[in-house]
Amino acid sequence: VQSEAATTLEEVMDLRAFFGQSRVLIVAGKGGVGKTTVTAALAHLASSAGLSVLVIELEGREGLNVAFGQEGPLDYAESVLRAAGAAPEDAEDDSAVPAGSVRARTITPDDALLEYLADHGLGRVSKRLMATGIVDLVAGAIPGIRDILVLGKVKQIERNRLADVVLVDAPATGHTLTFLSSASGLLDAARGGPIRSQAADVVDLLADPARCQVVLVTLPEEMPVNEVVDAAFALEDRVGVALGPIIVNGCFPSFAAGETSGAQAGAQAGLALSADVVRALDDARRFRLVRQRLQEEQLARLAQQLPLDQLRIPYLFAPTIGPAEIDELCDALAAGIHELRHPAEAAS
Amino acid sequence: VTSSSAPTAMDDVVGERSIVVCCGSGGVGKTTIAAALALEAARRGRDACVVTIDPARRLANALGLDELTNRPTPIDGEWPGRLHALMLDPKATFDDLVARYADSGEQAERIRHNRIYRNLTSTLSGTQEYMAAEKLYELTEEGDFDVVVVDTPPTRNALDFLDAPGRLTRFLENRVFQALMKPTRVGLRFMGVAAHALLRTISRVAGADIVSDAVSFFQAFEGMEEGFRTRAARVRELLRQPDTAFVLVASPRPDSVGEAVHFADKLGETGMSVSALVVNRVQPRFADDSLLERLPPSARERPDGSARRAPANEEGPSAPAGALEDLVANLRGYTAASDREEQAYSDLVAKVAPAPVYKVPLLGTDVHDLSGLAAVCDLLFGAGERPDRAPSAADAPAGGR
Repeated sequence: VQSEAATTLEEVMDLRAFFGQSRVLIVAGKGGVGKTTVTAALAHLASSAGLSVLVIELEGREGLNVAFGQEGPLDYAESVLRAAGAAPEDAEDDSAVPAGSVRARTITPDDALLEYLADHGLGRVSKRLMATGIVDLVAGAIPGIRDILVLGKVKQIERNRLADVVLVDAPATGHTLTFLSSASGLLDAARGGPIRSQAADVVDLLADPARCQVVLVTLPEEMPVNEVVDAAFALEDRVGVALGPIIVNGCFPSFAAGETSGAQAGAQAGLALSADVVRALDDARRFRLVRQRLQEEQLARLAQQLPLDQLRIPYLFAPTIGPAEIDELCDALAAGIHELRHPAEAAS
Repeated sequence: VTSSSAPTAMDDVVGERSIVVCCGSGGVGKTTIAAALALEAARRGRDACVVTIDPARRLANALGLDELTNRPTPIDGEWPGRLHALMLDPKATFDDLVARYADSGEQAERIRHNRIYRNLTSTLSGTQEYMAAEKLYELTEEGDFDVVVVDTPPTRNALDFLDAPGRLTRFLENRVFQALMKPTRVGLRFMGVAAHALLRTISRVAGADIVSDAVSFFQAFEGMEEGFRTRAARVRELLRQPDTAFVLVASPRPDSVGEAVHFADKLGETGMSVSALVVNRVQPRFADDSLLERLPPSARERPDGSARRAPANEEGPSAPAGALEDLVANLRGYTAASDREEQAYSDLVAKVAPAPVYKVPLLGTDVHDLSGLAAVCDLLFGAGERPDRAPSAADAPAGGR
């Protein structure tokens, strides 16, 4: 029984190869698909392979801390979600490598602008600039400046190699496209100035698959699949950013007993079940089958419309995602990554 | 309890109110609920219009159309009232607004060609929200509808919708630029100096052309601020009038419920209140507690009742093998999930009291046609379904499962 992600050297090597493809992974998807959960799982998984991880949260959501069993909001200053070398609490075996650290921080446009102004020798007036509402004005004057300031900060972190893996929990799609196309939009609009060179650097970052990839998260449901297909094509066409595998959250694991009625199963186990127990078992079984069939249709449609690898992670009955749930998602991600890297093995 | 008893809060919303604002975070099914409320109003003989901001064609398709535009489109169907739908185009709505308040076609044209204006709907936060509110105002004042149902943009802070009219006005009335454009007026000279210092700063960071664009933007808008301000004030009043109903939509998850409670509190602080809450996509419950106790013990069962994989307990008391174990685990998993949803739901009922909370169960399929929308209506207004309210002292104890 494998109880923890990345316990064997082979798994570690798979994970290092996966996360070594590009330093920045932008995790994007529609609201409600579990983007923050997936970000937390990816962070945990990369650190299990001994890599240092920095998670950048752009909208100040709190789910990330909860997933790591911590409380309180993230800040512009880094906080440590998992210390380097920390063993998982319920580890049965020693991991092949000591865990890398997981740190997290937020980057908001206002913070990024203050820092940018300070970096350009304008720290003294920056407070007054903010107070006069000038940021709104500049934002009106420069399309997407908020996004470029944030992405500029991400680029700086990537350049300075502040972590092996930088995970960006992106704004919900719709906004993701605007967010990532801001830099090329500005290059079209602005004729000069330091912001323009900032935008050029961001365009370089996004265009280089060795530096940056987008991982799209979706659910195996009709609307989320439509949206992720649209988003994937738009991101490739309009931003030119490389796309990693699609992460499909909330997939029901196989349900071997799905075609066995409660009465049959009871008889097989040598138990006489009362009628209401049989009915409840069958109701829950049929509900699961209906949902599962809908999922399979959507997964097939996704594969057909989007020629990208899929990493499927399981539906969890628990509505709150804590460390135990993250472990389970990591196991599934690790298995999926292994399969992607060794397709022959999986096929045999 | 029968449906023929006293009207519920939701009956009041669709039967009596003239404006219904649906709020909630993204991914909770707000668009569907908004459309269902408008449909129900039409089924009750009213003239209803639903304003959606969901750019996906799903709602259009559900209403039997290829696409929706920025103008109300009639939806045909077997109901005594009328149903219209439109999809908000913030840019076109803003253009209409500019055309309305510009002194001349020439001024409107100049504004439409300004680079800052062209980007405003995507760059100035709150503009989309304001345009939704503006569209609501336009439909209420000029449209021939008994009720307008608006589906708000999925902002993290749903209150942005209420604050949006003020944000745009504040932007247009930016004193720095006002002063810059009137540098000769006595008394504003200090502002003029300060403004120039700030503009120099912006030029250094962003390039001088940005500044000239900004100046021409505000020059183009000159004389229209008053019209915009008056209009924004009326939009704000409209949202605050007693005839406006707020319906909050949430998922049965703690984070979503937390946001709904936060919004209800904030709304209360500004003297408004939530008419009704809808908890959408609630999982069915297949077994009550006494039945669960009689289930054969499952080796997979964990202390918290979830169905997570765990080492098989070989010595367990007569653990059934194979299929039965899977079926029991499946039932327990759904029941545990249902318990947690029920807990989130009860928390919501208690925290937003006395506002009623409605449940819409998870449907077998996604809503993608009129009959799907009608099914949601039936669930919201259906036979015997009554909303839960927080129990008063005289009531039976709350279901503290």
